[in-house]
Amino acid sequence: MTRQMTGAEMVVQALRDQGVDTIFGYPGGAVLPVYDAIFQQNDIKHVLVRHEQAAIHAAEGYARSTGKVGVALVTSGPGATNAVTGLTDALLDSIPLVVFSGQVPTFMIGTDGFQEADTVGITRPCTKHNWLVKDTDALSDTIHQAFHVATSGRPGPVLIDLPKDVQFADGAYVSPAKARVNHYQPKKKAPIEDINDLVAMIEKAERPVFYTGGGVVNSGPAASQLLRELVEATGFPITSTLMGLGCYPASGKHWLGMLGMHGLYEANMAMHDCDLMINIGARFDDRITGRLDAFSPNSKKIHVDIDPSSLNKVIQVDLPILGDVAHVLEDALKVWKSRGRKTQNIGKWTKQINEWREVRCLSYTQTGSIIKPQYALQRLEELTKGMDRYITTEVGQHQMWAAQYLNFEDPNRWMTSGGLGTMGYGFPASIGVQMAHPDSLVINVAGEASWLMNMQEMGTAMQYNLPVKQFIMNNERLGMVRQWQELLHGERYSNSWSESLPDFVKLAEAFGAKGIQVSDVKDLDDALMEMIKYDGPVIMDCLVEKHENCFPMIPSGKPHNEMLLGDASTADAIKSDGAVLV
Amino acid sequence: MSALHIKKGSTSHSAYDLRDPNGEIIEKHTLAVLVENEPGVLARVIGLFSGRGYNIESLTVAEVDQAGHRSRITIVTTGTPNVIVQIKAQLGRIVPVHEVHDLTVEGASVERELALFKVSGTGDKRIEALRLAEIFRANVVDSTLSSFVFEMTGTSEKIDAFADLMRPLGLIEIARTGVAALGRGGNA
Repeated sequence: MTRQMTGAEMVVQALRDQGVDTIFGYPGGAVLPVYDAIFQQNDIKHVLVRHEQAAIHAAEGYARSTGKVGVALVTSGPGATNAVTGLTDALLDSIPLVVFSGQVPTFMIGTDGFQEADTVGITRPCTKHNWLVKDTDALSDTIHQAFHVATSGRPGPVLIDLPKDVQFADGAYVSPAKARVNHYQPKKKAPIEDINDLVAMIEKAERPVFYTGGGVVNSGPAASQLLRELVEATGFPITSTLMGLGCYPASGKHWLGMLGMHGLYEANMAMHDCDLMINIGARFDDRITGRLDAFSPNSKKIHVDIDPSSLNKVIQVDLPILGDVAHVLEDALKVWKSRGRKTQNIGKWTKQINEWREVRCLSYTQTGSIIKPQYALQRLEELTKGMDRYITTEVGQHQMWAAQYLNFEDPNRWMTSGGLGTMGYGFPASIGVQMAHPDSLVINVAGEASWLMNMQEMGTAMQYNLPVKQFIMNNERLGMVRQWQELLHGERYSNSWSESLPDFVKLAEAFGAKGIQVSDVKDLDDALMEMIKYDGPVIMDCLVEKHENCFPMIPSGKPHNEMLLGDASTADAIKSDGAVLV
Repeated sequence: MSALHIKKGSTSHSAYDLRDPNGEIIEKHTLAVLVENEPGVLARVIGLFSGRGYNIESLTVAEVDQAGHRSRITIVTTGTPNVIVQIKAQLGRIVPVHEVHDLTVEGASVERELALFKVSGTGDKRIEALRLAEIFRANVVDSTLSSFVFEMTGTSEKIDAFADLMRPLGLIEIARTGVAALGRGGNA
């Protein structure tokens, strides 16, 4: 039986039927009917952000930390255009979102009405799909399609543009079970021949490496479990992209650490020298591959991905496998076991990797009273170890250091803007994470420049009493920009200072939150504990070494085996004049 | 830490690898894309080509199945073999795209284009234009005492050839539909 209701009521009913409990949004003229419907119910909690970009990032944080769909609601015109950065971020990192935007009434579309923008036109390249709904009778079905598209295949953000008259009008509601079956049904299982080939290659490999990515997280907890099983059973070493951290535990025996531009020496060297690379749910991003024609020159490459356009896009592989990570891993394990659990003796390879580990590429020297950012993160790791902890980050040096020095034992615990590199992502994302996990410790590892980009969200954190910890490593610089200028632009530091910074402690207090400042290394542990234990939002202004560079580093256009090491090179007495090409 | 002595002009001066990884082999392919006939679907296809820097030599689109809400988009594109593969994969993941066929590799196909030519002139040139039109089996669909409009259907090459011949004879305007194509044989 279909039920009659207004378009606005349909939005709420469809969200309820899709199992949504929290949405992030900001009202405006063109979405008032939906806000009215939200006002008259208690099933779905609406979180009022302070800027629409933050609504999308918060929804991303919510989605990434739960595995569910993130939902956001914005108004027409500026509401929708403010959402564009968040949508693009979610598209590049494959985060499932359903975003609703208000629109001027259908009869006004095209007249340059107040707060009118061509939202479906603007968001077409930054969503997986979008819809302009012109008929209330089609609305509920479209919402159900939107959830299907956002979560099927490679996940991504979708947007539904809702003209105001469609929200007011009555129409027939259909439940998710009655919704039309969408022809968009990406295949999850890979052909058995591909699985057999994959297993045969595993059996023959002498220098194998698993290279895993965000696709493992997106495939769900089962994928991480199966990955762990396969890694433990084969004993093959494993590295991961920024997006895939936590799928294999950092404490695991076979863990090499993150790879890529600021990845670990042992991870990148293993990628370069391996004879079999098994890419599971990663996409050969340019921050990973470095120079393409020197990328892992002597290896056979397998690539498992659910998106056909990711296969052979950047790197031509020997065995492309189209399928969902969990399905492929499950089948591969089954076949590998049934064929007698064969692997080559990889003892020599393990020994080589252990030699690379000995380089201790993350070593640095903490001297004097000025806090090194690496040290700050190491202490944060030490003091929060074993806690029910979620980490978000902004973008820049601090993000890379966080990836290097914090350990992740499980997926969905690490929220960062990988593909788009959106400064201002971390704070609103931490709000989304805390909404989903109210009793967990949620820390946004930030730089002061990134953090300022969405600092208005202090209001949101206070309003909902979200005890998010804003751990700002303040070097009064745009650290990564400064680093590139130092290394590659003749030390001409064009516009990479943070001038006129606020007093972060007073800023926190102005919002009614707690502010902590720490500048001496001897006070760091106490300050961190104070931040962790405080029951409420905290801004921690951690003044760190201003000119610290993030190493290891593969300069663009260089292959993996030409990493620059920082302190580690001197620590190991490999003499150089500052730069070591190992 | 001091500067790293990276040579000026080396590609590592960029945050990106600036070298074009693709070879020089450029192929021309005709793609048939069956899509849901919904608003914006053509914009999605065209936006994909412009957004990712692919070429469109010609593009035609019309509804081909009213009951099933299907349109057929025929695209002639050029690119390296890897780019062609990417184009097909990218088209295939657009949500309202049902099928992508590469007619250039899926066996033999027929390709036709329709063109209208306006040729203006008098005397010998006018007579010569009419004579050549007969040879090319072009039809006269409009005429005045000093002009013809010819209509011709054929391969793009035939239309190019006819246009080349008409140019010195007073060709003043040309309208082309772009390529429509179907695979040969009894199967869809």
